[in-house]
Amino acid sequence: MYTLSNVTKTYRQTNRTVHALRSVDLSIPTGQLVAVQGPTGGGKSTLLQMLGALDRPSSGEVRLGDAVLSAADDRELARVRARQVGFVFQNFNLIPTLTARENVETALAPLGTAGAERRRRSTEVLGRVGLADRLDHLPAELSGGQQQRVAIARALVKEPEVLLADEPTGNLDEVTRDEVMDLLELLWRDQGLTVVVVTHDSAVADRADRRLYIADGTVTSGAPRGRTAPRPAAAGS
Amino acid sequence: MFFTYLRRELANRRRQSAVVAAGMALAITLVIIVSSLSAGVEDAQDSALSAVYGVGTDITVSSPAEGPNAGGGGGQRFQFGAEDGERADGSTSVVQSRLHLSPGTASFSADAVDTVRGIADVEAATATLSLTNVTFEGEMPDPQEGGGMVRVAPGGGADGEGGSSFDVTTFSVLGLDPGETGVGPLTSVAVSDGRAPAADDAGTHTAVLDNDYATGAELAVGDTLEIGGTEFEIVGLVASTAATGASAADVYIPLDTAQELAELDGEISDIYVQATSATAIDQVQADIEAALPDATVNTQQDLASTVSGSLATAASLLSNLGTWLSVAVLAAAFLIAALLTMSGVARRTREFGTLKAIGWSNGRVVRQVAGESLVQAVLGGLVGSALGVIGVLAVNAAGITLSSVTDAPAGPEGEPAGGGPVRIGPGSDAAASTADIVLNAPVSVQIVLLAVGLAALGGLVAGASGGWRAARLRPAEALRAVN
Repeated sequence: MYTLSNVTKTYRQTNRTVHALRSVDLSIPTGQLVAVQGPTGGGKSTLLQMLGALDRPSSGEVRLGDAVLSAADDRELARVRARQVGFVFQNFNLIPTLTARENVETALAPLGTAGAERRRRSTEVLGRVGLADRLDHLPAELSGGQQQRVAIARALVKEPEVLLADEPTGNLDEVTRDEVMDLLELLWRDQGLTVVVVTHDSAVADRADRRLYIADGTVTSGAPRGRTAPRPAAAGS
Repeated sequence: MFFTYLRRELANRRRQSAVVAAGMALAITLVIIVSSLSAGVEDAQDSALSAVYGVGTDITVSSPAEGPNAGGGGGQRFQFGAEDGERADGSTSVVQSRLHLSPGTASFSADAVDTVRGIADVEAATATLSLTNVTFEGEMPDPQEGGGMVRVAPGGGADGEGGSSFDVTTFSVLGLDPGETGVGPLTSVAVSDGRAPAADDAGTHTAVLDNDYATGAELAVGDTLEIGGTEFEIVGLVASTAATGASAADVYIPLDTAQELAELDGEISDIYVQATSATAIDQVQADIEAALPDATVNTQQDLASTVSGSLATAASLLSNLGTWLSVAVLAAAFLIAALLTMSGVARRTREFGTLKAIGWSNGRVVRQVAGESLVQAVLGGLVGSALGVIGVLAVNAAGITLSSVTDAPAGPEGEPAGGGPVRIGPGSDAAASTADIVLNAPVSVQIVLLAVGLAALGGLVAGASGGWRAARLRPAEALRAVN
């Protein structure tokens, strides 16, 4: 599924250069549920942006299947995001003026799906995440857990190959967190998705079948040294 | 999705939408009112000019009034012999009328008409001779011869005690080709009684009178009128079709007859020219000036400058202040729309970042932002159009009257029209036609469409600038934005 080869990402700031990723080599097979952990500023979000075709590396190669994301132009990256990648954000990032169903429909707009089909698929996927009775509610009328379910429905409605979640439970209480993770796990198992979850929460990470740790732009497998002994990554550093 | 999102966004940002739409509405209201008033004033100017120059005249050709053939330069002389007049009761009554070139005009060879007709893109040309008939009528005591001096008898005269009484009356006479109806003064009149001049009137002593003049002089079809000492049969009355109600002359007679009576054989004072198209006017003017270097060649645009009075003031006000005000408000509305759209995009950075993250292309984001801006502007444009039309209707309902004074130093501009003041004698180098015109500002579909189009353009410019800003956001950076 994913292959990252010697990926480096640097940002140039006013008086310094930030190395967000340093020579990352990584392979994520299809259907794996991966948790990415690490300290704030360690490179978790940058790694997720590379995987999600949101950004290109400064050097190295990022592949998603046969697509070389690191060499693709903006139009091609947008096409990959529209068809192959689903995103779930910590702050849900729903469009506040659109209802739950309309928010889900936004993910189908770039695919050119006809209106009736968009509504049918959005209604169906919201039913699967338990929001069949909240179709016409605005985000402000939904709880945090419900909003995140809408965001998950939006990510899944286009039937992507990959689901990328950036702190999906970061703004939820423990009960809701478990509900959302139960849902993600269920969808992962049912649909054979490849799921990458960035999280600070070990309870969330514990559900993954693979854990990556990233600090100072370097990826290692397992927990950080001193808490859980790192083990070699399946591929890469 | 596009319309759902657009509708929801506009509904959610009512205040910003209202500000953009209101700004655009104000600008469009001004554009429509100024455009319509300009068109109304232009129509009024055309009307004022067509009363004198006829409908469809693009160019007039005349001769400078200060030449040797200028009219009205030396005053009028009436000479009576000792035996002239009718004597009765110790008094002598004398009447004499003279026909001469109108003050402020000059004659030139009629060959110029053929020259003009031979110029490319000249559709039609006709010549006129602008004359003034002056009638001297008086009563004085019988003169008695004696010692080489004229002595007045102690009795007789107008008052029976040796006094005298004189009247001088004038009216304008236009000699014209009676068969020419396509261009010239007859194009702006309609027959109210009798008939119009006809081609076979050439060489005859027939006259057609302006209706207002005939009423004032108590003349009717079938009566006779003395012009230049010759009796003319009145065959028709005509009334001006111009909004001013003014016409080019009091009396119309065949050109050849006019030339003979005024002793100006082969001479004319004006040529009325119609070009084949509006775009050809400038070239035709240049060609005529080249072919007739001594002539004064005026286009309608030149002639418009001869209109003065409140009509000219209104035209000047609209073309200067009105236009600039419209442009300024329109520019301000565009700017406000652009700034508010930019501001809206800045507030929605993460929203657009999210949309790009889920696969929206730059084009789709630009279309969405531009669409929102376009709808706001078009709504403002429609409201502004409605307000503008109401404003124009209100102006029309108010019945604003503008006065026009058409005066000119030479050529047909100098003709007295519609009972305007006629000055005779030394120093009277110009004549003027004064008329009141009720301003009628037209609201055309084109103006409304233009206004809405301008609003749409403003919305697109604002939307495109905002959309461009939204599109160039890198999704990764946009998602980091804190809203």
